[in-house]
Amino acid sequence: MTFKTRFGSMADYQKGGVEVFNDDPRSYVFSNVFDVASKSKPWERVCVAKNFEYVIEAMRASGESPYWSARHDEFVVCMDGEVEVELQKLSEPARIIESRDGAHRLDALPPSKKMGRIVLGRGHMALLPKQSAYRFRAAAPSALMFQTIEGPETVFRWTEICQTEGAAP
Amino acid sequence: MTLQTAFESGAPDGDTGYRPFRAGGFAFRRDRYFAYINHGDVHHQMPVDAFLRALMRDVAWGFFYGTVNFDDVLGTTNFYGEVEMFLGAKNEAYTRAGRDVTERFAAADLMKSFKAILHDWTNEGFDPFAAPLETAAAFGAKRGSNGKAIERVRVSARRMVGLPGDTEVRTDAIGYPVNRMFEDVPQDQPVVEVEPGFESEVAAFNLFGYLSRSDVTWNPSVCSVLRDSLFCPTSEEYILPIDHGNDRVEWFVQLSDEIVWDVKDGATGRPRARVTMRAGDVAAMPADIRHRGYSTKRSMLLVWENGSPAIPDLIRSGKAPVTPVKF
Repeated sequence: MTFKTRFGSMADYQKGGVEVFNDDPRSYVFSNVFDVASKSKPWERVCVAKNFEYVIEAMRASGESPYWSARHDEFVVCMDGEVEVELQKLSEPARIIESRDGAHRLDALPPSKKMGRIVLGRGHMALLPKQSAYRFRAAAPSALMFQTIEGPETVFRWTEICQTEGAAP
Repeated sequence: MTLQTAFESGAPDGDTGYRPFRAGGFAFRRDRYFAYINHGDVHHQMPVDAFLRALMRDVAWGFFYGTVNFDDVLGTTNFYGEVEMFLGAKNEAYTRAGRDVTERFAAADLMKSFKAILHDWTNEGFDPFAAPLETAAAFGAKRGSNGKAIERVRVSARRMVGLPGDTEVRTDAIGYPVNRMFEDVPQDQPVVEVEPGFESEVAAFNLFGYLSRSDVTWNPSVCSVLRDSLFCPTSEEYILPIDHGNDRVEWFVQLSDEIVWDVKDGATGRPRARVTMRAGDVAAMPADIRHRGYSTKRSMLLVWENGSPAIPDLIRSGKAPVTPVKF
């Protein structure tokens, strides 16, 4: 017997959904990473899950990103496509990242030292170490998912991305 | 509630070979097909394979977050250091009839008792963590034991799988072959180029490949840690052996294939929703529900937990909502 594993992609995904009997479908905050990434601008960090200060962000990767940095670890999973990660160790932590959690966009790369380079394919996960600077390159549109904390770059658009009516999938 | 401190085990049954056990006022015994749980004049029974699969999760997860409902009647609720065991307390019919019973135990004491039951009642060849098609049956008279299967340690990365000194990436060489339902999952590893001095920080691994090699079902393991934010991916096949009653919001991200979740009210057991999740879908499980999942093709699920010990009290006191966001 041969089994076929179904992963999704921005070009080929099939959302499920919430059927309610006695509930509000919005309680389940139901969305889809590929749906969100496919409809986002490149490098937007759109929140798809939130638990107190912690968030999961979905991102459409396309071209070359700006640099980001955070005062805590972050993790990224490549959900679709291929994405290169460039990591730099900051000589001094950027002042803006000390003010609050979450990823901060850097206007320019401060003095730093190269830490390494990672190329992520579908299903690969990488550490984005605290107090580093990182950026991505994607030759073709790809989808990323971040484990991080809500920050100045986090975009909330729940009513646009989530199921709001009870419906059969 | 007074802590129960009486625990006993009896002599093996002359016919089936299984020992009976007592924890406080609860009496446990099994025969060839069923587990029987009694407390005074409240009697309950469930198929012994379902009982052992549920007991295995309760033990492996240290009573988990919130309530572990073995079925609609029997369960435990974690108070983190102490634990309550009940019959009917989360079942509207039982509570209305005044037929529900609850006792409280020191978690460490009840854990010892549960482990003793699991050891005595799990036969050679039966793996409570395995999908039904991958294991021998739990039924019949006592025949041997399966300590290797029930003593697995829950995998819990300190920072991320694959970092030096942290949880290892799974390979054939360390005893994790690719599961039969994931043979088509690519096993390539990411390209990682590290400059000298940064070996402990520049790291990546194939998460999907890692999950394709999981030897257990419905058993989340921690793969990355950001303070209290825990990514707990797991592979799922057949049925989640418990109805997990949340005491905090929990999130699911479906990584592959499909899981259907039956969602019921946490306190009464009344059906509230049915959630179908396919690859890429994201859904929250509110803090006042219980849920049970079904996965006919082995699938990959990312369970996302907030492990903060403060949350249950915040929710119980009304200082935190039962749903994660309002919109």
